[in-house]
Amino acid sequence: MKREIPLIITSIAGIVFAVSYFIPHYPFGKAENIFGDWISIVSAFAIWLGMLNLGEVSLRKIIRKTEGWQLGVIVLVSMLVMLIIGFSSVFNAISSGTSHMAPGTGLKWMYDYTFSPLSATMFSMLAFFVASASYRAFRARSLEATLLLVTAFFVMVGRVPLLDPIVNALGITDFPFFSAVADWIMTYPNSAGQRAIMIGIALGITSSSLRIILGIERSHVGGDA
Amino acid sequence: MTLTRTANSDDRMQRRQRYKNAHTRSSSIALALTLLCGLMSPVGALAQDEQPVDSAAIAPPPAPAVNVHAEDTPNDKGKSATITWELSPDDTSRGIIDGYVVLRSESPSGPFVDTVGKATIGKTESLDNGAIDGVEYFYRVDAYRFEIDADGNQTFVASPSVVWGPTTTKAQWFNKKLGVMLFIFLIVAFSILQFITQAKTGKSNLWMANILFIILLGFFYSWVMAIIAAITMVLFLKDFYSGSEIFLRKIAGIEAVEEAIGRATEMGKKIFFIPGIQDMNDVQTIAGMAILGRVAQVAAEYETWLEVPVSKSMVMVTAQETMKDAYSRAGRPDMFQEAQVHFVTEDQFGYAAALDGMFVREKPATIFFMGAFFAESLILAETGNEVGAIQIAGTAMPSQLPFFVAACDYTLLGEELFAASAYLSREPRQLGSLKGQDVGKALFLVAMVLGLIVVLLGEVVDLPSWLYLQQYFKVD
Repeated sequence: MKREIPLIITSIAGIVFAVSYFIPHYPFGKAENIFGDWISIVSAFAIWLGMLNLGEVSLRKIIRKTEGWQLGVIVLVSMLVMLIIGFSSVFNAISSGTSHMAPGTGLKWMYDYTFSPLSATMFSMLAFFVASASYRAFRARSLEATLLLVTAFFVMVGRVPLLDPIVNALGITDFPFFSAVADWIMTYPNSAGQRAIMIGIALGITSSSLRIILGIERSHVGGDA
Repeated sequence: MTLTRTANSDDRMQRRQRYKNAHTRSSSIALALTLLCGLMSPVGALAQDEQPVDSAAIAPPPAPAVNVHAEDTPNDKGKSATITWELSPDDTSRGIIDGYVVLRSESPSGPFVDTVGKATIGKTESLDNGAIDGVEYFYRVDAYRFEIDADGNQTFVASPSVVWGPTTTKAQWFNKKLGVMLFIFLIVAFSILQFITQAKTGKSNLWMANILFIILLGFFYSWVMAIIAAITMVLFLKDFYSGSEIFLRKIAGIEAVEEAIGRATEMGKKIFFIPGIQDMNDVQTIAGMAILGRVAQVAAEYETWLEVPVSKSMVMVTAQETMKDAYSRAGRPDMFQEAQVHFVTEDQFGYAAALDGMFVREKPATIFFMGAFFAESLILAETGNEVGAIQIAGTAMPSQLPFFVAACDYTLLGEELFAASAYLSREPRQLGSLKGQDVGKALFLVAMVLGLIVVLLGEVVDLPSWLYLQQYFKVD
């Protein structure tokens, strides 16, 4: 029964969702909202599971003095500091009738001066990763890679307002040639490729959903196929 | 109808001149009606009581919107009416008309005090999403503008349209806009189910079901579509009916899974499996979990350490159950430790930073990325590439696929992610569903090629019947 009950719930939920897509009438029209609320509630409770797990893994690392145990200390201290400041900001907000994220609160300060800069730093590193990945991908080692390189060249120079003014100033063309080529590549070959992938994904989701609803695919509930 | 507000203005005279011009374009009947309604309106009366306005300084109200029409919004869950109108003759530029307000009442004589929608100039439609199903409503659309009088006061000048009603709202039992979608879904689902049946029984006995399906399709939807469905079924499913063995094309990324796990075993290093950053309500995460089950089974057989850092608590619990079961299937339940699956953080870039750190410190031999990824995809894949891990990625996020293709050794493109679990299981019914999926794709191709031919020939064939045929290939 440990496997059958989740499978039955999955099947019923899957069928209700599929039907509600085509039938807007009550109660089907409300199914998405109802299930969405349930997911939010379960997720809110489940986050404690995650926190406990993180604490347990970090603590175990510290006690056993495994390699990199110092990182466990940083994780635990950061988590505790953020929890204390967060809860104190919430309690202050309740007593004063303001928002827990209002300017001047501890939580807002932590968010603005620690969390946001750290997130921004990670996101900014993407630029360097894009550069190194592009360098590898655009090496003209085969016909396909060469085509990719040429296409990428036109898209990049078309997106940067550098070559068009030069070409126009030299009198070679009197319209933004590189921008036009880049737009054409993005509008036609790129859109066609994206749509082909999207159609494949839609079919894959249909097939996968049917397997799950019918109980053929059950490895996600810890069962044999 | 006037509503007075205080404001300052420097271009009073210019505006007044524009209003005079507008006045010459307004019809006298509409103007008389407008003024009459405006004077009789309670809001107008109240406003005039508050702040008397010099009538000589006020330009005539704009001409009202015409042909106002309201109806129940189609294909929805109720509680919504769609109000449409034709533009006021004065709807030429801002200043003469500033927009429209849609007012609602339960009586044709008013009062119309419930503002249920607003529209800017040039717009001819608004939705009333606050209706109660079954209640009769009357609607009026007021064309309005703001005007500044000689004293610098801003006034709200509006001219009401003819009242439309009654209109009631109700929920629909079928979204007709999705008719084509339902048709496609049924075709694909039917072909998948047929192949699952074939895989299970070894032969097809669904001829009668096919014929019934085509008849129902023709009767309830379109005989043209029924004929197309019949032809494609005969063309593409003839092998199926003959009971021949299912052939599946090879997918390089899936074929390489065992090799990648074997490499980690030989090197004595660990394997990382990253199930994306979405929760269990995302079908990509579910597909990722299914693949994890297969990967974990092979890793258990090879006695290689598999680690799954996750960003969602529910994914953590699911992954633990999946792996526990996989290790049992492999005959090594003792090898599984719950610490193999651990929560990191829900934050996208915090998760990426933590994983990058793990990759750099622990230098895994193999990394799987299977699920939904966003901007962190390249941050993770490039770091994995830097540390020399063999990487197999799979996602159905089209915008992230190029990054994985550039940084990983193998990439499962879109649908291949959903096929991977079935492919790895080699279970006949799952393989049948894959074949059905491929047939569905073939049907799409046929439909697209047919549509292309029909539309292109439509340029030279000028027949009503051809136009009728074309409409079946149009997608809203």
